Amino acid sequence: MDIRTTGGPATAEEMAAVDELLGEPEPAHHHLAYGGRAARGQRHLLLPVLHAIQDRAGWVSRGALEYACRRLSIPPAEAYGVVSFYARFALEPRGEVTVRTCDDIVCMLAGARVDHGSPCLGLCDRAPATLSERAGIAPGWVVTPARVPVHAVGPKLLRRVGVVDPESLDSYRDHGGVAAVLRAREMGGEAVIRQVTESRLLGRGGAAFPTGRKWESVARAPARPHYLVCNADESEPGTFKDRVLMEHDPFALVEGMAIAAFATGCEKGYIYIRDEYPLARRRVEQAIAQSRSAGLLDIEIEVRRGAGAYICGEETALFNSIEGKRGEPRNKPPFPVDIGLFGMPTLVNNVETLFNVLDIVNGEFGDTRIFCVSGHVERPGVYEVPLGTPLRSVLDMAGAGNIQAVLLGGAAGSFLTPAQLDVPLSFEGTRAIEATMGSGAVIVFDETADMKKVLLRIARFFRDESCGQCVPCRVGTKRQEEILERMFQARNSDSHGDVMLLGDIAQAMRDASICGLGQTAANAIASGLTQLKVLNG
Amino acid sequence: MFGAGGGTSSYSEAEDTNLIILWGSNARETHPIFFHHLLRGVRNGAMLIAVDPRRTSSAEWADVWLGIDVGSDIALANAMAREIIHHGLADKEFIARATTGYDEFERCVEQYTLERAEAETGVPAAAIQEVALAYARADRGMICWTLGITEHHNAVDNVVALINLALLTGKVGRDGCGLNPLRGQNNVQGGGDMGAIPARLPGFQDLEQPEIHEKFARAWGGAQFPHTKGWHLSEMFEAMERGELRSVYIVGENPARSEADQTRAVHLLSGLDHLVVQDIFLTQTAELAHVVLPAAAGWAESEGTVTNSERRVQRVRRALEPPAGARDDVDIICDLARRLGCDWGHPTAEQVWDECRTLSPMHAGMKYSRLDELGGIQWPCPDESHPGTQFLHARLWKDPVEGPRAPFHAVEHDPPVDRLTEEFPIRLTTGRRLDSFNTGVQTGGYTSPLRKGEAVLISAEDGKRLGIADGERVRASSRRGSVEVDVRYDDSLRPGLAFMTLHFPDQVSTNVLTIDATDPKSGTAEFKASAIRLDKIPVTAAT
Repeated sequence: MDIRTTGGPATAEEMAAVDELLGEPEPAHHHLAYGGRAARGQRHLLLPVLHAIQDRAGWVSRGALEYACRRLSIPPAEAYGVVSFYARFALEPRGEVTVRTCDDIVCMLAGARVDHGSPCLGLCDRAPATLSERAGIAPGWVVTPARVPVHAVGPKLLRRVGVVDPESLDSYRDHGGVAAVLRAREMGGEAVIRQVTESRLLGRGGAAFPTGRKWESVARAPARPHYLVCNADESEPGTFKDRVLMEHDPFALVEGMAIAAFATGCEKGYIYIRDEYPLARRRVEQAIAQSRSAGLLDIEIEVRRGAGAYICGEETALFNSIEGKRGEPRNKPPFPVDIGLFGMPTLVNNVETLFNVLDIVNGEFGDTRIFCVSGHVERPGVYEVPLGTPLRSVLDMAGAGNIQAVLLGGAAGSFLTPAQLDVPLSFEGTRAIEATMGSGAVIVFDETADMKKVLLRIARFFRDESCGQCVPCRVGTKRQEEILERMFQARNSDSHGDVMLLGDIAQAMRDASICGLGQTAANAIASGLTQLKVLNG
Repeated sequence: MFGAGGGTSSYSEAEDTNLIILWGSNARETHPIFFHHLLRGVRNGAMLIAVDPRRTSSAEWADVWLGIDVGSDIALANAMAREIIHHGLADKEFIARATTGYDEFERCVEQYTLERAEAETGVPAAAIQEVALAYARADRGMICWTLGITEHHNAVDNVVALINLALLTGKVGRDGCGLNPLRGQNNVQGGGDMGAIPARLPGFQDLEQPEIHEKFARAWGGAQFPHTKGWHLSEMFEAMERGELRSVYIVGENPARSEADQTRAVHLLSGLDHLVVQDIFLTQTAELAHVVLPAAAGWAESEGTVTNSERRVQRVRRALEPPAGARDDVDIICDLARRLGCDWGHPTAEQVWDECRTLSPMHAGMKYSRLDELGGIQWPCPDESHPGTQFLHARLWKDPVEGPRAPFHAVEHDPPVDRLTEEFPIRLTTGRRLDSFNTGVQTGGYTSPLRKGEAVLISAEDGKRLGIADGERVRASSRRGSVEVDVRYDDSLRPGLAFMTLHFPDQVSTNVLTIDATDPKSGTAEFKASAIRLDKIPVTAAT
């Protein structure tokens, strides 16, 4: 591709960072050059390259970006569109250290007061939290508060958390690991899929699609190669269970992926872990390497790092992100099982879903679900309970009192009143009261919480995170925030017109957004306005 | 090809072929419309190979760029042919059934080993082999070329070498296969089709065949015209030099700037007894003329047809009245005829076209109403029920072959005439850029953000070696003359290779440097290969 660059040259440091990732550029031959499809085929390395630059230099200069463009054969304007899409990448010079201070719902409840705060860092069990990163030759990070013991209560999926050494395959083996993948190989792929189907496992990412059906479709898809993608872009405010699982039991995730790839004939796997989880990323990478050399993993699995975009938790946006593009969702159909990553049949599963597969293959499936309880509770943490358990028991385990409201399912979920706390935590139970378990986030608000601020924070969250592709969502999330501000500032009580207007906007976003973000961006706010006494008069 | 002077394929075939070789063509900049079709093919999975001394912007899109030395095309093509034969990839059945002259061709290319080709072209042997095998193995493949092939002293041999490759692998006369010269203007093809070449009458019919001559003479009311072919452009200049050609009527051409060895061209044009120039602008050539006939623009100010590189005849419609005094070409020519004693009346463009349809079988079915209806028609279109022809030479695949077989011609490598020596060590090649066209007559009137003015482009290595800075003004000299010009470093060039355009003849007369070594068959000069020297301009002491 003919690339025109107009910025200055990259610094030696920036070029070194790129070259370390991509290898030294081929020395120019005067009579021969290879490029074309092979060069353009490296497009998917754009985000890793941008991370390398930012990790080294602290920001992405124009010279560095253009150097990356030349190495990867990407038009600079296109690459600029990508780099400016993701919140992590800075296009202005910055200091060596960047501190992200979370001011999302839970940290706000815990007293975080900052001007340009970060959306949820997934550290809700130790709110208020910050994540500091240092750029340089040996980049590093620090989380505050410093690591506190995780509070994890659970019989099955969480049984190894805090018990096993997450950096040792032997320790994992000693605690019952590895059995499932060996068993799966004995059974054969078809039998594994049959077992998953018969277990009636529903996906834990939020959409609750039958996992077995997905596996069958991918296994049967004629096009090759098949890709396996683990969605670990856990970004729903108030959700941190996947982080706990990956940080404390990473070998189990790799084993789950090995089984999924084996059963559905996937030739290559990716784990897309959100940028805010550096420790999880490191542990999973170690687990992949150890599992590979122990012969427990037949395919190559690459860890891909998100770059600060909530929308990339949407599976097709995640594909685009892996492909080195802006994380904008695609239209569905076609569904990922037919045309997914790189246009090929793709199996996408959430972290918790893959953990369940181990128990299914071992014949120990318990159909439990992990909830992330945070906010005004004594023991914030992850709680694994059988599906159908009343919400109240989970709240009691975490020690909640004087409850004003509970936000179930995160920012895309809905508010429950104290009268609704006996709802059984099952797909049918929550649906009956027009709620959803969503990502398993349970945020508790006691009587002291200022619910107007919470609603405004949710509105700001969606306004920030809308990818901007569908007009109803891009404009609607902004208008929603403006109207809420206006309503909450008004002294007079007549807000009937504004409530109607919010309803119209919500309808337009639901009807005309192509992905779940736009379709659910009004849910929590609508339920808050009807369930909570936030309006004057 | 083989008797019909046009590209064999349609643009749309570039979109679903498997492999495209751009040979001596920077289509990205010089044929941007065709390049869009080509890019669609690339996106659909076609492999793109660029053969060009420069690593042009087209070459940057290619999967493989073979950066041959200027004028070594035949060595490359013959070596590719040898590789194809040695790997058993020649289409023997097609060769036996539809071609002639194979044995001699095989004997000829046998001398072109990979080692020899590497020595002549500079391209590593392994890459030559790789490209040869890729072309041979592709189910469908096309070769497209432009002036990098034809602006040489052995232009026709170059073209023949490419035709040989297509015949060898049966890649002509099938969908998605073919041989396509890309035309530089919207109607270069149409000009040739209408007989504006020395040996042909409209419809590409041979002037020297008595029955053809007679058909036209009868249709034109017993008109008297030569029975033998005329001169092509280069021969005309030779005739001027000999004093045989004393009067010239030039329509829409700017040879005072576009001819190689410009000093000589201007000298000869200035010495004519009578020079008439018919053009839409007062070009440099028009400035030398005794009479200038202001013409309406062929585009937007007149009616008629044009024919593009895929042989598609399309309507052109008048949208504007020409400026006062400017007249339609047909009008001017008919008026001229009247003054010379022949009353041709006042035909409309459609009437002229309908007469052409009665004389040219390949245009016979192209009524104006059908051209409108079908969005243009590709020749040949012999009758009014014929849809036009998507690609040529399907006849070669009929059993038995319809019409004459396609001939192989053995051709030998023959390096550029202007040899590189210690005195003139740099190979200058010329070409065009995206933002400008030829001598700038049609593009000089508007600005472009890409346009930086004329400069001699060289590699940074050469600049440093010669002590010439990027942007420095130097003297560029060839065996024929010298010009002052700014230097610009350019990544597309390697040491020893320089590039200039002819877009800004008023700033830099590039063609003062070029050589008029001309292919005897095509009449095209070797614009692509001159030997030059770059000298720093001595700083004169301030007085």
